[in-house]
Amino acid sequence: MKKMFALMLALAMMLACTAAFAEDDVITLKVAHIGPTTGAAALYGQATRNGAELAAQEINEMGGKYRIEMINEDDEHNVEKAINAYNAALDAGAQMIVGNTTSKPCEAVGAQAMIDRVFMITPSASSEAAIGMDGNGDDSVDNVFQVCFTDPNQGAASAQYIAGHALGKKIAIIYNNADVYSTGIRDTFVKEAAALDLEIVSETTFTDETTDFTVQVADAQNNGAEIVFLPMYYTPASMILQTAAAKEYKPVFFGVDGMDGILDVEGFDTSLAEGVMLLTPFVATGTDEKTVNFVTKYQAAYGVKPIQFAADAYDAVYILVAAAEKAGITAEMTEKGDEGTAEICEALIAAMTEIQVEGLTGTMTWEASGRVTKTPLAATIVNGEYVFEN
Amino acid sequence: MIFLDNLINGISLGSIYAIIALGYTMVYGIAKMLNFAHGDVIMVGAYVAFCGLQYWGLPPVAAILVSMAVCTVLGVTIEGLAYRPLRQAASLAVLITAIGMSYLLQNLALMIWGANPKSFPRTFINSSIINIGQLNVSSATLITILANVVIMVALTLFTAKTKLGKAMRCVSEDRGAAELMGIHVNRTISFTFAIGSALAAIAGVLLCSSYPILQPTTGSMPGIKAFTAAVFGGIGSIPGAMLGGILLGVIEIFGKAYISTELGDAIVFAVLIVVLLVKPSGLLGKPMREKV
Amino acid sequence: MTKAKRKRLILNLVTFALVIAAYIILQSMIAGKSISRSLRGQLVPICAWIVMAVSLNLVIGFSGELSLGHAGFMSVGAYTGAVVSGWLLHAQNMQDTTLRLVLALAAGGVMAGVAGVLIGIPVLRLRGDYLAIVTLAFGEIIRSLVNVLYIGTAEGRLHLSFLNKEMPEGVQMLVDGAKGAVKIKPIATFTAGFVLILITLVVVLNLVNSRAGRAIQATRDNRIAAESMGVPVTKYKMMAFVTAAVLAGMAGALYGLNSSTVVPTQFTFNQSINVLVFVVLGGLGNVLGSVISATFLTVLPEMLREFSDYRMLVYAVVLILVMIFTNNPTIRAFADRLFAPLKQLFRGKKQAGGDAK
Repeated sequence: MKKMFALMLALAMMLACTAAFAEDDVITLKVAHIGPTTGAAALYGQATRNGAELAAQEINEMGGKYRIEMINEDDEHNVEKAINAYNAALDAGAQMIVGNTTSKPCEAVGAQAMIDRVFMITPSASSEAAIGMDGNGDDSVDNVFQVCFTDPNQGAASAQYIAGHALGKKIAIIYNNADVYSTGIRDTFVKEAAALDLEIVSETTFTDETTDFTVQVADAQNNGAEIVFLPMYYTPASMILQTAAAKEYKPVFFGVDGMDGILDVEGFDTSLAEGVMLLTPFVATGTDEKTVNFVTKYQAAYGVKPIQFAADAYDAVYILVAAAEKAGITAEMTEKGDEGTAEICEALIAAMTEIQVEGLTGTMTWEASGRVTKTPLAATIVNGEYVFEN
Repeated sequence: MIFLDNLINGISLGSIYAIIALGYTMVYGIAKMLNFAHGDVIMVGAYVAFCGLQYWGLPPVAAILVSMAVCTVLGVTIEGLAYRPLRQAASLAVLITAIGMSYLLQNLALMIWGANPKSFPRTFINSSIINIGQLNVSSATLITILANVVIMVALTLFTAKTKLGKAMRCVSEDRGAAELMGIHVNRTISFTFAIGSALAAIAGVLLCSSYPILQPTTGSMPGIKAFTAAVFGGIGSIPGAMLGGILLGVIEIFGKAYISTELGDAIVFAVLIVVLLVKPSGLLGKPMREKV
Repeated sequence: MTKAKRKRLILNLVTFALVIAAYIILQSMIAGKSISRSLRGQLVPICAWIVMAVSLNLVIGFSGELSLGHAGFMSVGAYTGAVVSGWLLHAQNMQDTTLRLVLALAAGGVMAGVAGVLIGIPVLRLRGDYLAIVTLAFGEIIRSLVNVLYIGTAEGRLHLSFLNKEMPEGVQMLVDGAKGAVKIKPIATFTAGFVLILITLVVVLNLVNSRAGRAIQATRDNRIAAESMGVPVTKYKMMAFVTAAVLAGMAGALYGLNSSTVVPTQFTFNQSINVLVFVVLGGLGNVLGSVISATFLTVLPEMLREFSDYRMLVYAVVLILVMIFTNNPTIRAFADRLFAPLKQLFRGKKQAGGDAK
């Protein structure tokens, strides 16, 4: 049985290889998207998959030097499955990876891809560990680059913004203590807040399974917090807003990029989010040409408004092409199996620090560690729309 | 003040657990199986009600009724297709089938309604805030508690007074003897699933009225907590499910409020363990008979 | 040698032979590079899941107690393994990966065994579904606790803190709360997994076929009768429970050391349920069945990858159908008639592997 399975896979690979030979001038890059397209985190994985697909389509229609062939693998937001998905993607002939969507799978796959020499650009895995950094400044993987901000970056930026704009002194934090993203932002926020003389009066946690937020909100309210910092995704945030409204508690809610999408939840009463502030590089209601084009196409293709994850993945594919152009990836490299993939990896790593990409989520450049440099924008929700401050 | 506030929140959360636990306990009492898919029926119920309110423009009561009807059909279908063929099989085989059914429902929901979360619309259930002294209580809280009491009384009367209710008690007591007395066992079990699933629809609507985010996995954790509640109160016992549910909700909220939000769930389960060690068949459960 | 004994011996030999043959075939495929990456990457997890399934079968199949918290022991083992391996590497500078792996597996087993004793004492006083729910509760408690656990190593010493991360400067984090066990150097190998499976089979089959094993099965079949015959029920149940916990801990350590990171969310209630599915599908009390079903059900979702998002849907349907087809009396009788001629050949063998409950 197993042997047969292996044989079938080998056959499929051979077929795939011969197909690639047929192209003449254009070079086809086989890009695997790996993310949780089923399970509890399906929302994020489907968004990155759709965003990447849309970008690949556009690139193929534009007809430049490179064409993209997408391979999609599901990792179920699980470390073991992520490695399986990664291996399946390589078996299917993937030469580079857009992924993983979430931090822990990205960390595990990144470590393996480091050994195998496969280039990865993650749209949305925002932990430092996802790009191989640990707290002591050690960078153990060189082949993983990020499109999104790292969590510490966001935590510090949020604290600085709150202090710089004198939004208030008494702060409550509610965060997901079973989530890497949430705890990552919270940790640096707390550190930075102490340095900036902000007082944290209440700190409470929840997990992915939490349905009831009354205790967390009440704790913030009873401790007289003027600002409630919500380093989390928009799903729990919308519950917290609703709970606060039911308690007639109206502080300033301050969110991070994961908060984007809250206005587009079907059935959500947007008046609850009135006055919410957030730092984010992308919002679907943006009016620049790129965003409008992306949002229109995305909605036409998938029937929902894109969230920031989709925009990140869309950018990721464009970044890959920009890096491939800079690195001068040749058709020969794409036809040499594992060896070629390793060559592509080295070339892309070298190119990444030299390129600058104007994407949906801002103007981006990269450090050798894999960290992106771009500017977050502060937005306030007014009348159910984001209003940017310049 | 804060104490009262927490108490009310706890009772409200617990009432939702209690209604879900009723579904577990009734099915367990009669079919002697843990219906792991029950939490997912709740999710389906909430989604159907959501569709009714959001897409079909139904008034809230009609949406709840439609959702109850769909869940009833769903529950009876699941029972007929997946559980009935295994009536004579080992209880573990049925348990695994129920787990498979739970995966199936979750993935079907993912196909049909997508991964994007929905926010349950505001209805009469959760539209207002009532001020009692200094307390702000959401109408959803009061309606949930009220619904719980009504359902509990109705079910107790139903099982005590009606013919079908008595048949259910008979089947739960001794299936073989019930059959000999001319009770249609399969029909009675189907009927139990129908009631349990209709209750699941109500639980789904109430759950999402208080905690409005709706996803394919919405039912799983409340389902497990409610299962815990049913065991806590003594599985198979209707007042036990109610007591277990409410206590569980109150303990969860108090644990989070006064000890640590990080360890909230651990506290709930620790209390459960202690209670079961002292009373091994749950608070109101019948002690197990042992036959030699 | 009685007939029953001989039959059991043959079945055990078949189990060992199959496992060894599978190992040899796979190793030669690896040597000949004719194995897909996908399958190769799954080898160690498959070994870990086999050990999980066989050890849980000891509790459910032989001892007759439904445990829903087996993943909890796995997580204890995985974390212990990661910490021990990390500490040996960073603080003791032990470069020998094999020795490190062996020590980590042993430590994982010991810690899980300790957890097994602590949990077993209260749990085994209960019966049936109440026991099941308490094991579930313990599994969830372990997960909550691990989620707020911080362990780091600095200057040769281990630093441990709980709830709040308080670590000296320049510490190398090994376990970092919600971030899980981090920066693990993956040292688990397929051969180690194979050896662990063999150890598990030897332990479990010997225990089952020993005096203690007969006592364990007697308490499962009729607790009161066994008790009145003077069998110390709790002692034997405890023996099965703790042995299973130790094995699960070792499987956890192997599993954890196969990737660069381990998170608490990997060992949820759902994971316990998964292992339970392996056991029930393989047949209660059937060790070979557990080995095969653990392998099959781990590989199945990967083979279904071409269905992409419909994968888990197909998996669910397969699961339900398999349970109905193997357990429905009508269908079973039909299948029996269909395979009657074949059955004549293998008469007797089926009974040993049948549902023991």
